[in-house]
Amino acid sequence: MRRTLYDKLFDSHVVRTEADGTALLYIDRHLVHEVTSPQAFEGLRLAGRRPWRTSSIVATADHNTPTRDWDKGIRDPISRTQVETLDANIRAFGAKAYFPFLDKRQGIVHVIGPETGATLPGMTVVCGDSHTSTHGAFACLAWGIGTSEVEHVLATQCLLAKRAKTMLVRVDGRLGFGVTAKDIVLAVIGRIGTAGGTGHAIEFGGSAIRALSMEGRMTVCNMAIEAGARAGLVAADDTTFDYLRGRPFAPAGERWDRAVAQWRTLVTDEGATFDATHVFDAAEIQPQVTWGTSPEMVVPVDGRVPDPERERDATRRDGIEKALVYMGLAPNTPITDIAIDKVFIGSCTNSRIEDLRAAASVARGRRVAGNVRLAMVVPGSGSVKAQAESEGLDRVFKAAGFEWREPGCSMCLAMNDDRLEPGERCASTSNRNFEGRQGAGGRTHLVSPAMAAAAAIAGHFVDVRRMA
Amino acid sequence: MQPFRVHTGVVVPLDRANVDTDAIIPKQFLKSIRRSGFGPNLFDAWRYLDHGEPGMDNAKRPLNPDFVLNQERYRGATILLARRNFGCGSSREHAPWALVDHGFRAVIAPSYADIFHNNCYKNGLLPIVLGEGEVAKLFDATAAFPGFSLTIDLERQTVGTKDGSLAFRFEVEPFRKKCLLEGLDDIGLTLQHADQIRAFEAKRLAEQPWLA
Ligand code: SF4
Repeated sequence: MRRTLYDKLFDSHVVRTEADGTALLYIDRHLVHEVTSPQAFEGLRLAGRRPWRTSSIVATADHNTPTRDWDKGIRDPISRTQVETLDANIRAFGAKAYFPFLDKRQGIVHVIGPETGATLPGMTVVCGDSHTSTHGAFACLAWGIGTSEVEHVLATQCLLAKRAKTMLVRVDGRLGFGVTAKDIVLAVIGRIGTAGGTGHAIEFGGSAIRALSMEGRMTVCNMAIEAGARAGLVAADDTTFDYLRGRPFAPAGERWDRAVAQWRTLVTDEGATFDATHVFDAAEIQPQVTWGTSPEMVVPVDGRVPDPERERDATRRDGIEKALVYMGLAPNTPITDIAIDKVFIGSCTNSRIEDLRAAASVARGRRVAGNVRLAMVVPGSGSVKAQAESEGLDRVFKAAGFEWREPGCSMCLAMNDDRLEPGERCASTSNRNFEGRQGAGGRTHLVSPAMAAAAAIAGHFVDVRRMA
Repeated sequence: MQPFRVHTGVVVPLDRANVDTDAIIPKQFLKSIRRSGFGPNLFDAWRYLDHGEPGMDNAKRPLNPDFVLNQERYRGATILLARRNFGCGSSREHAPWALVDHGFRAVIAPSYADIFHNNCYKNGLLPIVLGEGEVAKLFDATAAFPGFSLTIDLERQTVGTKDGSLAFRFEVEPFRKKCLLEGLDDIGLTLQHADQIRAFEAKRLAEQPWLA
């Protein structure tokens, strides 16, 4: 039978199936961070259980950690307790690898998994974090879970799952100059909506996806969850293998050859069918900017803020009106007329080396506009930071007036000190523009790293293609 | 987990689509290492007029009189009526924890985000899916009748008014239904298959040793 990549990955992990089709799936990799794990470890302890296979666990502290003054530690006592609880749990139970606060390789869980080779093709990868979909870029089945499920994986190495429906998002042709993976995925969400992928695993294919680097594919899969899909997928190919070769946890020698031979089968069979298909022409995708409080509220940079008067569906019109009030925007405002107060370049969507290079190439030799109170660059991990510094990117950013910070989730969700003040408007490379996401009352516009850097320089949104 | 069989309760309407888990429980409350105590901060940014932080005395904070949860007619509500794509965004299980802690036993909406939907079942909170039209009828009824309440019968998969003027059937996966009816612990159930898991694991790691 011709199978999709999703079906191959699902089938190869089924331990048993209940009468109603609920499957018990084996979990290869369990990524753990401080926010969604304490209650799971506590549950394990209360039940007198032990983790099933600690060599599956890779852990880090990322959500709560500060991005500067690391020598002063974590000042917020509640955040500190949470990070110390993770330290203690890993110490007590063990793990394959732990990158605690202050470790040179600490970073955002979805950045360090791939860059250490802890994420490998063919795996099931789970984490108590919705953006676990990121790892699907490596042709593995990766999805976010809740804390009860974190405990379930710890205790049993398995999860209960129902087979999802499959969706193909095919992006054909070549991206225009200055258009990136972030613009692809925002355009996809703009068309299919934030619930468009609900109940589905989305495979991203087509020549434009094949042409993306692993960083770009991770950006696309990262936001599959914002399209409502729990998992995003990209088939394995030479780009995948070239990225993984030589990474610390990737196989080596004869095992590498065997692994690659096996990974080459991780593609959708010719002629396999999907439950839904959406086709995009890469050449038509423009740099994207969100204007509202949901990632589907997005338009091309040369577009305008929508007018609720022109929306016929009552629920949608109400949504637009509420979003405009929250965002402090008038209908029909050109996107390039929107001035910003802060810029955030970072998050598991766009904090990898390629993202920083793209932002730096725009910032090079320019200055952050006077009306921008803070423009910050937060590398995704200690390794990304070191790489960027070896290329001199930190100097480019600092010379242009950006702050160069320590790695972590930072202002993506503002659990640490990095946040928007009420009413502040931000060009952000993160993945969610929900109300209050970057700080109570803060107004987030999602863009690519190059577009964020361009907005920082101009002081308002601007088409990065005009800045070359 | 508390079993769910038959439940009757007051319905509170939250008339918004795409309510995300950041709205259900804002991130500053995720720093807790406990599972309980999130109820007072449920919908914090909408429910209070000031900005909430952990450790505040919520009883002393100014309530937003416009927010439904604060309105007298919905006092003690245990069923939340919502619009499509409820619970989207972050995977935080703190969202169903907060709903349960506040006293909710069920949510009714046309659709849910997957992770939230799954998390509900793990906490004895029943996420009922009804059609857009059926949900619209319930919104109307809730607006028309103060104290409007519904009875949910999980065994029979029905939700409706006591007098039978409104009655709908809903779907639920048999396995999840069984777990909820009996209040079963997932982990205990899975561990009954420990031998099968062990055999699967041994074979897998022998064939693909790089996964170990
Ligand atoms: S960077 Fe943002 S989206 Fe990614 S894991 Fe951290 S908080 Fe979540």
